[in-house]
Formats: sequence, C-alpha cells, structure tokens
Amino acid sequence: MQLTLWTYEGPPHVGAMRIATAMRGVHYVLHAPQGDTYADLLFTMIERRDRRPPVTYTTFQARDLGADTATLFKNAVREAYDRFRPEAMIVGASCTAELIQDDPGGLAESLGLPIPVIALELPAYQRKENWGAAETLYRLVRAATLGAKPQRGAFSVNILGPTALGFRHRDDLAEITALIRALGISINVIAPWNARFADLQRLPLAHANIVLYPEIAGTAAAYLARTFGQKTISTVPIGLNATREFIAELTTLADVACPDDIEADQRSSWYTRSVDSTYLTGKRAFIFGDASHAIALARVAAEEMGFTVVGLGTYSREFGRELREAAAQYGVTPLISDDYLEIEAAIGAAVPEIVLGTQMERHIAKRLGIPCAVISAPMHVQDFPARRAPVMGFEGSNVLFDTLTHPLMMGLEEHLIGMFREDFEFHADAAPSHLGGDVAVRPETLVSGWDQAAEAELKKIPFFVRGKARRNTESFAAEHGVSLITIETLYDAKAHFAR
Amino acid sequence: MDGCVAPIMPAVAAPAIIRERGQREVFCGLTGIVWLHRRIQDAFFLVVGSRTCAHLIQSAAGVMIFAEPRFATAIIEERDLAGRADLDDELDRVVGQLLARRPEIKLLFLVGSCPSEVIKFDLSRAAARLDSRANGAVRILAYSGSGIETTFTEGEDACLTALVPSLVASDQAQLVVVGALADAVEDQFQRLFAAIGLDRVAFLPARRASAMPPIGRGTKFILAQPFLAATARALQERGAERIDAPFPLGIEGSTLWFEAAAAAFGIAPAIVAHAIAGPAKRGRDAVAKIAAELAGKSVFFFPDSQLEIPLARFLARECGMHLTEVGTPFLHRDLMARELSLLPPATQLAEGQDVERQLDRCEAARPDLVVCGLGLANPLEAMGLATKWSIELVFTPTQGFEQAADLANLFARPLARRARVKV
Ligand code: SF4
Repeated sequence: MQLTLWTYEGPPHVGAMRIATAMRGVHYVLHAPQGDTYADLLFTMIERRDRRPPVTYTTFQARDLGADTATLFKNAVREAYDRFRPEAMIVGASCTAELIQDDPGGLAESLGLPIPVIALELPAYQRKENWGAAETLYRLVRAATLGAKPQRGAFSVNILGPTALGFRHRDDLAEITALIRALGISINVIAPWNARFADLQRLPLAHANIVLYPEIAGTAAAYLARTFGQKTISTVPIGLNATREFIAELTTLADVACPDDIEADQRSSWYTRSVDSTYLTGKRAFIFGDASHAIALARVAAEEMGFTVVGLGTYSREFGRELREAAAQYGVTPLISDDYLEIEAAIGAAVPEIVLGTQMERHIAKRLGIPCAVISAPMHVQDFPARRAPVMGFEGSNVLFDTLTHPLMMGLEEHLIGMFREDFEFHADAAPSHLGGDVAVRPETLVSGWDQAAEAELKKIPFFVRGKARRNTESFAAEHGVSLITIETLYDAKAHFAR
Repeated sequence: MDGCVAPIMPAVAAPAIIRERGQREVFCGLTGIVWLHRRIQDAFFLVVGSRTCAHLIQSAAGVMIFAEPRFATAIIEERDLAGRADLDDELDRVVGQLLARRPEIKLLFLVGSCPSEVIKFDLSRAAARLDSRANGAVRILAYSGSGIETTFTEGEDACLTALVPSLVASDQAQLVVVGALADAVEDQFQRLFAAIGLDRVAFLPARRASAMPPIGRGTKFILAQPFLAATARALQERGAERIDAPFPLGIEGSTLWFEAAAAAFGIAPAIVAHAIAGPAKRGRDAVAKIAAELAGKSVFFFPDSQLEIPLARFLARECGMHLTEVGTPFLHRDLMARELSLLPPATQLAEGQDVERQLDRCEAARPDLVVCGLGLANPLEAMGLATKWSIELVFTPTQGFEQAADLANLFARPLARRARVKV
C-alpha cells in the first residue's frame, strides 16, 4: 500500500484511452464501474476535445457482481459495435474489473465480430498510464502487422508516439512533419495520432521509425525493429542541438542533403547569445517531468540557456537508467519518484531559481515562491494553448527560449531590485513586473464604514471576488447614502449588482 | 413515512418516468471528498483504493490543488493483492504515517472504493480497531464511496451516515440542518432561524469534528440537500424526527423550507413571514432580473447529483423555463414528494441512465440548455447545445434567499455568453 497525495500518471487504462482517442475508427470497451467515466473529462475538459473519447464503460454495480457481469460486458461490446461501427476494437478491464476476472478478451472474441478485436492486459496494480499507452500501441501495431511481408520502395519513415492528452503532441507533430517534408523525406504513417487501424497495417513499409515519445512508442518501435528490421530514430528533437542531431541522423539514414535554409526561422541561438541573455547565466534550474522531457530540458537548460542544473528527476520509473545517466552528466543526484512530498522536499532543498516541471511542480513552485514553467505532462487546461506552441524542432527551440525566460525577472529589473531592496514596490518578494507585480503593499482601504459583522461576512466571500464585492458594496452604500455598511447593506448591494 | 410533519401533497398529474439501467456517465461517491474535506476543517479522508481512485479525486478537484490536501489515497498494490503483504498491517502503517504527519487531524475517514469492496477489505472493522488504538486523540470512521455502491453525491450521504453513530446522545429539543453547506449559507440560515425564534439550531456536518451536534428524541432535523436518504434513516433510528420540506433552492423552496422548520416547532407562519420578508423580497427581485433571460427557454437535465428535481422546480416555477427532461440518478420518492408535487404537470423524469440513449434524446430535443457532467459538456457544446456543468451546482453556494439569484445566474451565464460572443 502506498500513501499518495497526487498522482503524476493515471492508471494504465487511461493510457489505452489516450491511444484510442488519438486514433480514428477504434473503439475501446472498458469493463469498469461508473466512477471511472471521470476519465472522459481529461479529454473533453483538460484537452478541450469536442468529442467524447471513443470509450464504452460497462459501469457494473455491486448488484451485478453477484449476478452476471460477463453478460453485461458482452452486451456492452455488442451495443458499442452496433452503435459506433468501429474498424477495430480494443477491450480490457479497469482496476476493479481486473479483480473480478471476467476475461474481456475471451468474452469479446466469443461474439465473433467482423472486425479485429484486441484484448489488453493492463495490470492496474503494477503499472501506470504511460506504460498502458505503450502496451496498447504495441498490441495494436502487432495485431495490424502480424505476418506482414513488406516490399519497400523509396525511403520513408513512420512517426510514432503522438497521442491524445500529450504535452504539446499536436504542435510537435505539426513541427516535425514539416521539418521532415522540408528534408525531402516522405512520411509513411503517423501513429497513433489520427491513424486508422488500416494505417497501422502499412507500418512495415517504412524504412525507419521516429520515436517522438519513447514512453509511448518505445515498445512498438522495438517490436517493429525486431520483426521487420526497421531502423529506430530515437533522438528526441527537443531543443536546438537535439534537433540538429535528429536531422543529421535522419539525413544520413535517408542519404539526403540538408537544405541550407532549414534553420531559417530558428531564433533561439541568437536570443541566447544576445547581450541581455547574460542575466540567464548560471540560473539554478530544477527539472522534473516524464523522463524524455526532463532529460531533454536539462540539456536545453544547460547548453542552450546557460543555466545550472541543480536537480533532475522523473516519475517514469521505466526510464530510470536514462535519467540516472543524464543526472550524472550534470553532477546531480537523480530523483526517480512519484511521491509528491519527496519531490517538493527535493525542490526546496535545491533552492532553484526556476523550476521546469509538470503542473504538480507548478503548485510546489508557487508555494515556495519560485518561478516555474510547465514542460511535461501531467498538465492543466492552460497547457493546451490555442496557438501552436511546439517544444520540438526549431520553432520548439524558439518556444522553449520564451518559456524558460518568461517566468524570470528581466535583466535590468533584477538589478533594480538588488539596488533598492527596501523599496515598497520593488522588493525581493515582488513578482516580475510583467507578470502583474501587484503583490506590492497597497494602502488600506479608505472607507471605514463597515461594521464588524459585515466585515466578517465579507471575509467569507472567496478571495478572488472579495475585492469586487467590497468595491460594489461601497459604491452601493455611497449611492444610497448609507454611512455604516451592515450585513444587510452587503446583501442589498449583492442583489443590486446581481448579474 | 415516519417523521413527516407537513402533509404530502398529492401530485396533480403524476410526472412521467423513464427508467433506465444502462451505461452511466457519473462520478462515484469518492467525489464528495472534494467538498467534504473543505467543510469539516479538521477531517482527513483516506481512500483505500487504486490509482484510478486517486486520479478521479484529483481530476474532479481540478484546479483546487492545495499545498497539502486533507485527502489522500492508500493505493493497493500487487503485493497486497497477492497476499505478500497483510492488508491490515499495511493500512495501520499508512494511517500511522499519515497521523504522524498531520497531528492536527481530529477525524479520519477511511473511505472504501470498488477495489477495497471487491476484495472484501473490511474498513469498518479496521476503523474500529484503529479508533480504539488512537485512544480518543483522533476519531476514525469508515464509509464507502465506491462506484459500485455510490453515485456522486451519495458519497456525502455515506459519509454522514457513518458519522451518525458517533454523535453524542441527547434528548434536548433542537433543530439540526443536515447536509454540507457553504459557511456563508450556514451563517445566513443561523441568523434567519434566530430571527424566527429558533435558537437551538445545529448543522451536520459541523465545521469541526468536535462541534458535531448531539442527537436524540428531541431532535427534529431538516435536510438541506436532497441526496441524504441513508443519513435521514440513520438519524431517525436514533430517535430524531424528519421535517418534510422542499429543498432550500430558490425563493419558493427556501420559504417553504423555513416555514416547515418553524412549523415543526409550533412557530406561526406570520413570524416566519416577517423574519424572511427582507431577504425574500431582495432575492425575488434579484432572481426576477435574471429570470427574464431564462423565461421560455427549455432545459434538459442529465442525471448527476440528485439536485436535479429541486433545480428543475426552481427553473420552472421561478424562472419560467420549460423542462424537457429531468434526469436523476435515483428518485427517493418520500424525500422528493413535496418537490414532485411542485413540478409542472407531466414533467418528463428519467431515473437511472443509459447515456447513449439519453444523448440521442437530448440531441433530438435540442433544448436551449443542457445540465450535464464534465465529460459531456464540451461534446454537447460542439453539437451546438449550451451546457451548464452540474458539478458547479454542487460546489457553489446556491441555497437560501441571498444565493437564489446566483443560482439563476449559473444557468443564465451560458446563454448570455452565447448571445454575446460572435465567433
Ligand atoms: S468507480 Fe470505483 S474504482 Fe473507480 S474511482 Fe470510483 S471508487 Fe475508484
């Protein structure tokens, strides 16, 4: 039993949902109780998808347990097939259904549906979300390519890994796709993003697989390499140098020349060398996220920003070895943990000047008063920006320059604070001015006409609207010639301004 | 129907009911922890469950990430299931770890989940054992918020039911208001009850573990939330008497609610009318402004919190909305009798759910507003339907006179937004 406050990853079936939701024409029937339907909101609210994930939950209840949950499951599969007419189906159990051992795979198979039905075994008490996504993609790829005897033509690549609910996957994919096209290399299949089951069947036709997200596509790529002798390109093109290496690897393999203007829109190297970036030198950075993003960002921080890496960690235990190697490079102790409190303590102890992390670290950093940028899943709705904001490729390196500098104080501002330490606006605890530095002390309100009970009542109003409530009440009181604001005035004003 | 004071009014035209037992799209009872842990300020909720359970609560809590929340999950692992670790020992260890870290905790709930239920891990027994070991330093209770047994707000019902046996016995005459309310609402109610002449008024749950009300034959209680059927039964078993009333949503609901409470103590309606006149008028005027925008519009409720029927009643009678379908996960006929009698004749109700069929009906009806869970809202918006997330109706202070306009506004805002935005 493990005491958990916050979890970095969901259960493995959420990983499977990320694959199914990214694909087209694939439906997932999940043997699960009703509460597990919460997972839909990850996609519809956090990622803001306009469609429900293609998932049918059996939502069995206690009363079904004594009766026949197997029949319930079979009915759900049949009804899902009739309603959604998918091209392929994946079936499996959530943590609870795993305990009742209904064998979703066998049950679904017994229905003899005219489409491929892939059974997933995702051990919910041992594994987590990313593993579940990797396993699901692997199972789908394997089912689609079993016995294939590919005849390869001109050089082409597959891009593997982008899923629903991934950190900037949509934008990374657009960036990397454009980059590969600019190199004159053709793309055979992109999966799972927007792929159909039939697209997976064409995977063996490519010469190489680009593993954009090793946590998700590593297993499938290894299988394809083993089975079809495909090459694997595993450089994750996050940051300027990694992108250049990625291009070198790809052009060598494809035997094509890299166009001279490939870096035409790359500005990050100049921004880094420009004089006002001097203030970035040696900023202490603590980095935590999934292994690929954490390792890549550590490199960007060190090589491309001139920061000092003072902490590096991941919640991806499967990639512990890679992270340990990277940590050794920066001379820091690797932190491989998904214990929020342990990570908070490590960040506190490292005294960083910036934290690059997930939404959890955003909260830790906020509490510790340290600037923070989100660079990895899990993230919140604001980390799915409307604009295109990749972290891969050359535009990605531009975005990262902005992302990593924006939370910090600008050079001159920092000096001014150093000079005028006791200044009431410019003090050490002030937020950077471009981030609305109004934590500075404000004069107390001039209106003294609140009686005690009303003042106490006002305090019960959530802080983020309290200011408005106070202003409204006071202007209402002034307008109506009320000299002492009572609870009655407060609510009269509230009703007056209701709207 | 023991404990009823006000007579049940016969329904004019019985509402039509669709009963469904298909796939559901609702949260499980664990979700209640999100508001209960804010309400009882020295309580901690320890879910004994899986990573899914932990993920559900944090996803439902959304942005409400607190530095160190007063809830957590003891995640059951493979070795616990394989018998390599003794579940009781493991739980003792986790609870010990937790209490050492949070010595200020006075009330600890062990919250059961689907996995703990399915493996028949007896948390009540574990709680009793740990409680006696704690020697009064902290009270330890258990309830189930599992999805196989509880739907969304039923988690609060299960929590309060678990609390009832621990309440001190007392036969003193008092009114107990049952159901978690926002602090500001509780204070308003307290003031109005005082104005009515009711001084011994307590709230369950109280804000602190040590302030939970005593219960006994002198207790008359009134539900502030409609989803507390089991709690009501448990209180009745301890000799308390339930005051039947509609729920305090909207001006009408609040008025009838206060009247019922006062009547149970023999206080004349005129005294109530006098005490609530100011707030009621103020609230009615404020609602009227917003109702103008809601009148004539149609609304469709997906089943979620069991608040649907009182909300539908408010929208129909005070805001002039037309009810297309009112879904509720469960229909407790006795608790809901007064509410049902207030609904427009032949209102279409739906109990239970078959989410795909209900979506078909909703799409066909094309209501002006859909009240639904978070998973369905954006997909429905993308289909051109305006939505209101039902979870907000549970988290927001909506009860009573002063909040009635806020409540109306929750429904008006999605429509106002559509009218305003040109994209
Ligand atoms: S439905 Fe059951 S397994 Fe799922 S989150 Fe709720 S309690 Fe946990």
